[in-house]
Amino acid sequence: MSLNQTRSEDTVDTNTEREAPAAQAAVPVLQARNIKKVYGKGSEAKTAVEDVSFEVAKGEFVCIVGPSGGGKTTLLRILSGLMPATEGEALFEGAAVRSVPDRVSIVFQDYSRSLFPWLRVNKNVELPLRVKKVPRVERAKRAQEVIEAVGLAGSERRYPWQLSGGMQQRVAIARALAHRPDLLLMDEPFASVDAQTRFELEDMILRVRDEFDVTVVLITHDIDEAVYLADRIVVLSTSPSTVRELVTVPLTNPREQAATRNDPEFASLRTRLLGLVTR
Amino acid sequence: MTIPRRILFVASYLWLPVLLITWWWIASASSTSTFFPPLSTILSETGRLWIFDHAVNDLVPSLFNLAIGYVLAVVVGIGLGSVLWRFRRAAVAAHPVVYFLYVLPAPALLPVFMLAFGLGMTMKVAIVFLSCLWPVLLNTLDGMRATDDIKLDVAKTLNLSVLQKLRIVVLPAASPQIAAGMRTALAFGIVLMVVSEMVASTEGIGYFILLSQQTFAVTNMWTGILVLAIVGSLLNILFVLGERRVLKWHYQSTLMNNAR
Repeated sequence: MSLNQTRSEDTVDTNTEREAPAAQAAVPVLQARNIKKVYGKGSEAKTAVEDVSFEVAKGEFVCIVGPSGGGKTTLLRILSGLMPATEGEALFEGAAVRSVPDRVSIVFQDYSRSLFPWLRVNKNVELPLRVKKVPRVERAKRAQEVIEAVGLAGSERRYPWQLSGGMQQRVAIARALAHRPDLLLMDEPFASVDAQTRFELEDMILRVRDEFDVTVVLITHDIDEAVYLADRIVVLSTSPSTVRELVTVPLTNPREQAATRNDPEFASLRTRLLGLVTR
Repeated sequence: MTIPRRILFVASYLWLPVLLITWWWIASASSTSTFFPPLSTILSETGRLWIFDHAVNDLVPSLFNLAIGYVLAVVVGIGLGSVLWRFRRAAVAAHPVVYFLYVLPAPALLPVFMLAFGLGMTMKVAIVFLSCLWPVLLNTLDGMRATDDIKLDVAKTLNLSVLQKLRIVVLPAASPQIAAGMRTALAFGIVLMVVSEMVASTEGIGYFILLSQQTFAVTNMWTGILVLAIVGSLLNILFVLGERRVLKWHYQSTLMNNAR
């Protein structure tokens, strides 16, 4: 794809979004339709995802939980357009996903590998804007907004590797939000940080999601995390993945670490999910 | 790097040469051998011959050839490496040829180059270029291929064009290895600079060393070798200092990750 094409498409996207929000509200932001993924061929073939279907409405926070090694990452790679499905398809705002759509961002689990160590924090965050040829001053201003939103103010001129793990993942989240995507896909984003930091990051992502009005799909193997964050939970089976159940989380917003986790509703939902996942 | 650490760095670089030179000085002080004159004599002759007479007439043309051949090789090596990274099939086809030429000692091609380019500057620049090209090319290609999968996923997420992917992700990611290749190339280049002048030339430091030996001006020969050693070391030190500066992120992040 040439640069010009990318740019013109982007302009068109933004315009339609601004002019007709009502028309788009009915179309789910993300749809998974009978997604199946088989690695290899013949006798070597291994099915990672058997049959997964679900929808995500605009503004929803959906968590996908499932056991470790259960094809969750494979599913996210298909949903994002990083990898084609063997059967079925993913649709973003009604259109089949072939490459990563402009309005979709991904946060990977391994922040130390997804960030560019040769760029300072602000330059890492500016990257999506730089690629879209946003003028320098505008770029810096918009990057600064997301940097502040994720709680990184003061660390702009540092390098990612000078920061703690939690701070590095904040940089990755800021980078994903810099061009104001409609959908944020997160692959076990808080799995490699300590518990205290994880609570902070969970609250940060809930805040940021409100502030930037972004739809979030987050993959995790941590049931507590899924219950705490999600409006709805997609429970996957062991590999090869199928959807075991779609669970709506009845907890009130905004969530608050101590109070929400003490809610009897939280405990009963947690027990139910534990049963589903380990069945 | 703070000032004391820089001094420490330079000191750790210099202690062995200083020790060896001292040993050479003492051991050769009372030498009467025609072939191994005292170091003091060599040094005073070096000062007399190389400041600035031969420096201008022999050293400058040598370094000029080296510079042109080296810079061309770095540019072409990185460029060609990038092309081969992009077009995997071309890389597969080029692989045997590249390795064949890589293992072939460049001096063996000197006679061919003399036939093709004559005995002038072109021949010398060409042979320096050829010897420097392979380490840069192969390291560029290897470094680019070793780019972290997740960083390539990020590139995909940003829908980068091939050139953007190269400039923003792959080239910086490969830069530590490209630098390693450039450093090897610098050593190769100095070797070929001298060898080409010894075989076919009427100027240059290699020519000066061989001519001095053939005319039994042994002290002069030693001054040439000494100057060559000093210039080679300086070039290497300059390279390392430049590399530490440009790849500061690489050295510090590696340090940081090892400490964790």
